[in-house]
Amino acid sequence: MRDVAIVSFSQLPSVKEIEAADEPELVQPVTSDAMKQVGLTQDDIGFTCSGSTDYLPGRPFSFVAAVDGLKAWPPIRESHVEMDGAFALYEAWVRLMHGDIDTALVFSFGKGSLGSVPDILNLQNDPYYVQPLGLDSISAAALQAQAMIDARKATERDFAEVAARNRKNAIDNPNAHIKGDFSVEEMLEEPYISSPLRKSFCSPVSDSAAAVVLAAGDVAKKLVERPAWIRGIDHRTEPHALGQRDLTTSPSTKLAAEKAGVGKGKVDVAELHAPFAHQEIILREAMGLGEGVRVNPSGGALAANSLMTAGLIRFGEAASRVLSGDADRALAHTTNGVCLQHNLVAVLEGE
Amino acid sequence: MSETLSAPYVLEYTYTRSTGPVIGRFLENLRYEVLEGVKTADGRVLCPPLEYDEEGEPTTGEFVPLRPSGTVKSWSWVPEPRKGHPFDRPFAWALIQIDGTDNAMVHAVDAGKAKRMKTGMRVRLRWADEKNGTIRDIACFEPISPFMPGPVHLDYQVNPGKHYTAYLRGLEQGKLIGGKDPQSGKVYVPPRGADPVTGNPTSEYVEVPDAGVLTTFTIIRIPFEGQKLKPPYCFGAIVLDGADTPIYHLISGVPHDEIRMGMRVKAKWKPQDEWETSLENILYFEPTGEPDAPFDSYKEHL
Amino acid sequence: MAEHCAVIGIGQTKHRESRRDLSISGLVRDAALRALRDADMTWKDIDSIVIGTAPDMFEGVMMPELWLSDALGAAGKPIFRVHTAGSVGGSTAVVASHLVQGGVHEKVLTLAFEKQSEANAMWALSPTIPFQPQLVAGAGGYFAPLIRSYIRRSDAHPDTGCMVAVKDRQNGMLNPNAHLHLDQTLEEVKASPMLWDPIRFSETCPSSDGAVAMVLVSEKHAGRVKNPAWVKGTSVRTERTFFAGRDQVNPAAGKLCAKDVYGEAGITNPTKEIDCAEVYVPFSWFEPMWLENLGFADEGEGWKMTMEGKTKLDGEMPWNMSGGVMCTNPIGASGMLRFAEAARQVRGTAEQHQVDGAKVAVGHAYGGGSQFFAMWVVGSER
Repeated sequence: MRDVAIVSFSQLPSVKEIEAADEPELVQPVTSDAMKQVGLTQDDIGFTCSGSTDYLPGRPFSFVAAVDGLKAWPPIRESHVEMDGAFALYEAWVRLMHGDIDTALVFSFGKGSLGSVPDILNLQNDPYYVQPLGLDSISAAALQAQAMIDARKATERDFAEVAARNRKNAIDNPNAHIKGDFSVEEMLEEPYISSPLRKSFCSPVSDSAAAVVLAAGDVAKKLVERPAWIRGIDHRTEPHALGQRDLTTSPSTKLAAEKAGVGKGKVDVAELHAPFAHQEIILREAMGLGEGVRVNPSGGALAANSLMTAGLIRFGEAASRVLSGDADRALAHTTNGVCLQHNLVAVLEGE
Repeated sequence: MSETLSAPYVLEYTYTRSTGPVIGRFLENLRYEVLEGVKTADGRVLCPPLEYDEEGEPTTGEFVPLRPSGTVKSWSWVPEPRKGHPFDRPFAWALIQIDGTDNAMVHAVDAGKAKRMKTGMRVRLRWADEKNGTIRDIACFEPISPFMPGPVHLDYQVNPGKHYTAYLRGLEQGKLIGGKDPQSGKVYVPPRGADPVTGNPTSEYVEVPDAGVLTTFTIIRIPFEGQKLKPPYCFGAIVLDGADTPIYHLISGVPHDEIRMGMRVKAKWKPQDEWETSLENILYFEPTGEPDAPFDSYKEHL
Repeated sequence: MAEHCAVIGIGQTKHRESRRDLSISGLVRDAALRALRDADMTWKDIDSIVIGTAPDMFEGVMMPELWLSDALGAAGKPIFRVHTAGSVGGSTAVVASHLVQGGVHEKVLTLAFEKQSEANAMWALSPTIPFQPQLVAGAGGYFAPLIRSYIRRSDAHPDTGCMVAVKDRQNGMLNPNAHLHLDQTLEEVKASPMLWDPIRFSETCPSSDGAVAMVLVSEKHAGRVKNPAWVKGTSVRTERTFFAGRDQVNPAAGKLCAKDVYGEAGITNPTKEIDCAEVYVPFSWFEPMWLENLGFADEGEGWKMTMEGKTKLDGEMPWNMSGGVMCTNPIGASGMLRFAEAARQVRGTAEQHQVDGAKVAVGHAYGGGSQFFAMWVVGSER
């Protein structure tokens, strides 16, 4: 297998609403910046892949408009996944294994401000048995959080502490928007949205776009001094029905982490895509991340959560710390589906 | 440049879903208020029935009837429902394991209050009045109380005894009537058939003033079944002047922390046109403002 | 490429306007089981699943691969969902083959499906969005003007489109899985009502429910069957919907996609070295247009090949032996059906619509405003 690395990362600051920006206006700045960082243009890119969902703008084929944010002339090798951009990164990584091209551009975009994300995500539920009930994503996550409390794996205070830690980390992140030194006690006074979840235990809904450039072997070494090598990458899924899973654990994350080789060395930094505070606890346990790991220095999804982009941003944030020398070995994680059904884990290493 | 253009956009469609043999049968039987589960290849039962179990194995197509009740495995209280939720008043989401099955169903519990919800509680299915062939034919689940209600209802026609009747007739007139023991001279309010100490029958009725001494009292703070008043309120024993036994009534018209044993109090009556044969003609007793009665004068009543 | 990839199992549902007898899970499972059986494999043998389907709005389930994971025995495995508009069936197969060629997985199940009867394809394709003018009514409305341009540019015989319709439907009669089984004469087709001038009703693809699946394996496992189809080349190309100087009739992305895949497969003369092709023709006139675009005919000459009967089942260059998109169109699956039918040809398993001695075949898919293209070349020799 070829060595493939992340060599650059660009993101639009995640905010509650990016006004008056259509798909090309979101995509053009991040893709051109990511390429410019390593002195490349679209003509140099071997393969382009994006991640997005039609349901954010409520329009079928919405990703087609995104192509207008690229220089697609002469016609480019391009593909798209209806999943988070991190999965588009996975497809690009696979494509680079072929050996005929050496660079790939990956991007994603999402404007959560256009509709109601928790209600849109009800459409991920079983269309016969659950969708007609209108189970929004916060309520579904709440059932998981309550299960953790019942199993004595965590308390609401633990959730508040996760939220506080992430948002405090985000103070140093100009691209996150929910940041500050928030009081755990004040969080515990908030009313429930869907018990036991209070507003602070949930991620915000954000607008953003992000892009990453991948390069293989020697080409990566020529483009940057210290490429963030993807040493292992794997994803796994679990059964769909909430009533058939143990919601307090994440076997798919555990398996993906094993296959990606997380346990083979020390993890300096882990960027985990946990849209709800209690999920970070589940993920850490599944991947065996102990106290010595710096989790979500960017603030994670609790500080900024643009659907379909948050996962790619986890990859970008982990990679930038390797690229800068701030970390030697980093972990990036992305989740897909209701209550952590499907998980992608990657290990990035500097040399 | 003018402000951003913005317009509402509704994405709406009613899909016509083909359900297949397993889901189709389950939904069809909901119309007849029959709840069924399907057997898996390894003998477990799933409700709601799935076509494939979590291993990807097809279920057998063999259905079993189920009792419409189950146990809550997890739940979440929604104080402010969203549009699209099953209720527009507070309710709970829950994962419910139907009795006799090996998985759990997502649905709603109409529990009324958040504190009613507990993992492990028992719930029963409530059917929708109008069926439309979807999972909503199950309207929701409701809590099963561990207690069986045991109502009792007996009709009586009662009447008070002669002396108590005199007491009530007095109250109807705005008077407090006591009964006197001729031998001991003790006056009992209300009058009784016999003096409890001497055993002598009450011989005559005397009217006592509607003022007296508050000997002892309590401030009621906790709510209880059948309570008519909202706590906190004061309830005390009043020995009316000239009486030798206390009557019990509410004390009001004074801050609770100023109520004292020995306080002189007087009845506050309802307007005359509202009087009936009842002690409730007196709303409460309130302080007169006179100096307190000395302790010795009432200590025997304590 | 690092590894060779072979197709050893192919399965598809009986396509119909509406498969009311099956849920979406049932539909997908039906095709998958047939492919597994064809490969003499079980669910446990599969390492990874790649699924493709067109907009989620067709079925109203967001990210259906999550919900379908049980139907596909995916617990504990990677499952991936591709969406590249109409070409999705093709690009899904391309991604699946890369997993094998890149050495990431050895045995991959790939599927594509659409259950259009659950919704209404017209509605899903053209919701009324504020600020966007409603210029076209459905895909036909979009393509009809392009077809008119082609006819003018090439001075094509006006019957060309109808000839394609007759041929594809006749081929469909030989394919038990096809949705439409219509035996129509040229006169009947010409007499059918004009929908979007110059496209007639009988020159239009149907709306179908259907699914198709393939099992792709590395060389190590190809020996499970006697007749694997080897993937000789794959390619994808995209261009923008609108830009100055864009040729939508003979799109550059299509030409480049073909050039890429022929290069990878070592083909220098398509008409001589390719035995047959399954090409995405949703409206009859796309056959002559794509004959030119994919290098089977010079510019302006494609319609002659059709009129001369060269693309018939028994002709020099059979196209759409299965009846093509003109007989069966579950949008998300149509691209993969082309790829799968091409593979059947070189495996010799196309039964009544088999081209005798086919050794090299092309599968092609396109989508969007003629802007997304995916192709593969398969051969009976490694």
